[in-house]
Amino acid sequence: MATLNINGRVREVEAESDTPLLWVIREQVGLTGTKYGCGVAQCGACSVHINGEVQRSCAIPVGTLKATDRIVTIEGLSANSSHPVQKAWLALDVPQCGYCQSGQIMAAVALLGKNPQPSDKDIDDAMTNICRCGTYQRVRAAVHLAAGTRTAEVGRTTSEA
Amino acid sequence: MKRTIRRRATNLSRRRFLVGSAVAGGGLALGFRVPFGIEAAAAQGAAAGPEVNAWVVVKPDSTCVIRIARSEMGQGTLTGLAQLVAEELECDWNKVATESPTPGESLARKRVWGEMGTGGSRGIRTSEDYVRRGGAAARMMLLQAAANEWKVSVGELMVSDGVITHAASRRATTYGKVAAAAAKLPPPDPASIKLKDPKDWKIAGKPVKRLDTAPKLDGSLVYAIDVKLPGMQCAAIKACPVFGGKLVSFNESKIAGRPGFPRAVKVNDSTVAVVADTWWRAKSALDALPIVWNEGPGAAQSSATIAEHLKEGLTAPGAYAARSEGNALKAIEGAAKKVEAVYGTPFLAHATMEPMNCTARISADRAEVWVATQNGEASQASLSEETGLPLDRCEVYKHVLGGGFGRRGGAQDFVRQAAAIAKQFPGVPIKMIWSREEDMTHDFYRPISQCRLTAGIDDAGKLVGMHVRVSGQSINAFNNSPLAKDGRDDRQLQGYYEKPGDAQLGYTFPNLLIEYAMRNTHVPVGPWRGVNTNQNAVYMECFIDEVAKAAGADPVEFRRALMQKHPKHLAVLDAAAAKADWGKPLPAGVHRGVAQFMGYGSYSAAVAEVSVGKDGKVKVHRMVLALNCGHAVNPDQIAAQVEGSVAYGLSAALYGECTVENGRIAERNFDAYEIMRLAEMPKVETVIVPTYDFWGGVGEPTICVVAPAVLNAIFAATGKPVRSLPLKNQRIVQSAKA
Repeated sequence: MATLNINGRVREVEAESDTPLLWVIREQVGLTGTKYGCGVAQCGACSVHINGEVQRSCAIPVGTLKATDRIVTIEGLSANSSHPVQKAWLALDVPQCGYCQSGQIMAAVALLGKNPQPSDKDIDDAMTNICRCGTYQRVRAAVHLAAGTRTAEVGRTTSEA
Repeated sequence: MKRTIRRRATNLSRRRFLVGSAVAGGGLALGFRVPFGIEAAAAQGAAAGPEVNAWVVVKPDSTCVIRIARSEMGQGTLTGLAQLVAEELECDWNKVATESPTPGESLARKRVWGEMGTGGSRGIRTSEDYVRRGGAAARMMLLQAAANEWKVSVGELMVSDGVITHAASRRATTYGKVAAAAAKLPPPDPASIKLKDPKDWKIAGKPVKRLDTAPKLDGSLVYAIDVKLPGMQCAAIKACPVFGGKLVSFNESKIAGRPGFPRAVKVNDSTVAVVADTWWRAKSALDALPIVWNEGPGAAQSSATIAEHLKEGLTAPGAYAARSEGNALKAIEGAAKKVEAVYGTPFLAHATMEPMNCTARISADRAEVWVATQNGEASQASLSEETGLPLDRCEVYKHVLGGGFGRRGGAQDFVRQAAAIAKQFPGVPIKMIWSREEDMTHDFYRPISQCRLTAGIDDAGKLVGMHVRVSGQSINAFNNSPLAKDGRDDRQLQGYYEKPGDAQLGYTFPNLLIEYAMRNTHVPVGPWRGVNTNQNAVYMECFIDEVAKAAGADPVEFRRALMQKHPKHLAVLDAAAAKADWGKPLPAGVHRGVAQFMGYGSYSAAVAEVSVGKDGKVKVHRMVLALNCGHAVNPDQIAAQVEGSVAYGLSAALYGECTVENGRIAERNFDAYEIMRLAEMPKVETVIVPTYDFWGGVGEPTICVVAPAVLNAIFAATGKPVRSLPLKNQRIVQSAKA
């Protein structure tokens, strides 16, 4: 048994203490927006916030968490996708398959929480989540857009033949 | 499903299939399939409307629900196909929703939606005609219904954004109001359907926003891995780590008493699974389960033995001569200068972000799966074969894929496995999920190959002969296809074809010999986004740079001279070179490389700007990609595919490699099979140069030019060609002058 504060709600969950937080969120709690990608804290698809820090939940045994730890998943980020990061993601059509995007968004929100005006280098260092569709260019642009440090860029030209 | 087929009869059933515009964030109405068992989510669904034809359902508020048969895996086909239907339908794009028919519905309606398979970059190019006709036919029926009601000639009506007007009588109505009457009309004579000239497109051809973004921003999209069903149990799975090996035994008593009531079951002759109440408990128990394998003869194989096997094929007699024009060997023999090189590329895993998974529920007379599939009909066929139930008793609920890249197409191993497990628990839904380690070590890998190229140049620096010999594994042979009979497998030479239209070589060589030596291994292989264009473009395009250097020529000018009879290839090369300022000065230490190739009916070219650090570290700063895909249905989504293809191709070039040790794949997770991250993503500029006279693919064509453009830039930087991938294994030495 563990007591967890997830998205502002305190819940009792029945799970072995070595169960990764990711699987407790997905299976016992039933919030499936947080994704399994690797299980070894490499890809970041499972990113959540714990006390405001972005963490890879696949590598955190649930037994190491206290009832006072504030856990936020993608579902608890905002009402109606109103967070500026979600709005920027929508404005630039960042997702392709979308599977990694919960984690990308959680990482971006954590970055902007600490560093509201990140440089490209700051984004390079903070945004280490894997995207196999290759949305990195738009992730970068959307972080800038959310921060207000740059307007949307479209790296595209169409020539009329 | 019966209830969908009878959807006109009941409003209630419609609610199960649509989630309405309440989804956060977007102004658009968003519809997507909600699988059975998630009734709560569906309860907010919108009201039904009549089906005008197989492609279009119109709701009373004139929202048009467009049916999409192809799978969506991030490539944007769902939005592109909806644009094509909506263009002919003349509906209000702001009131478009989509839904996907199931393979069961397709079967019951005699495949009215055509092919469901989504691979080979075919999603739009091979369905554009019939989906546009579907939209046009629905428009004609809706207009006819209004004309009938007003008792005027249909020719007097105008329509725009789903509003029908009759100017003479100043009357107006909407699609929503006439849809019920339209649905009762006979479909128009196909010969009377006239499609718009693409030059008049208003919705298609425009960079409209994707229809499916909002539920990907708040965690609400239900991927197959997220499916929850009443009474569901979860399965973790392990196949023999050595390809071709067998399961001998397992000791279930060793996991008795573990949490979640785990049960070990045999899946097939090489695979075991553990079923428990949660996946984590199933996986933990599987890790603790003693298993005895018979690894078989494959265990003696390694990357070294496979490399020797391929190397032998580079010179062995008996290769398949796919193209023999003039006498290349003689021309090269007699040439003033000879250039020769051997290239190689490794096995690669697809590594979709969503690992393979499938949920199955099987009873005596019905089988159902919830699955991420690139080919719903192949899923259905696999389910039927595995269960022995006829096709019409097998249903497939397709979910948006968390990545496909070719892995979720023909093979359908995950459907067979889930069905094999679920058969042992009649009526109980079983969600089978592969661990990342299982996913990485039981893929159908991009085939390994080597290539020996030889060219002759005359005194004037002109290429007089080219000999290409590819030695490597065949996808067709692995699939027991007759297309690989006697080693005569043209598919492994994709991109080198003489025939125009698909994957034609863009060069004219005075003497040419292209050969393939089939050298198969025990490693399973399959299509990997871009398939064989990737390897073959590296071989040809990097070697062309080697030959150009030997001839003392500029790489673009050298290519141009060989491409005069291939104007479409040439125009794309020129577009990339122009946008990238080819020939103009660059910052100190930055070098350019170029490549061009054709695949999937489209023409691609790339220019890379690369620097090599003192430590040999390669940095790709900028890439310009030009693409002629004929018609460009959504330029912004084409750009997204090009950007993604750079990441996919560059990740492979920098890091991608599956090595074989003791018959198994050594790289088991992303710590060993490294994937490029955001920090290494170059600035990508996409130049779309459509010629509007053909329909080409988009998802795959541009990947193959990424690696050779980067390798050629490294060659320009260091003076030394890179002939083997990935770059992480290469010692790149900065040139003294760089």
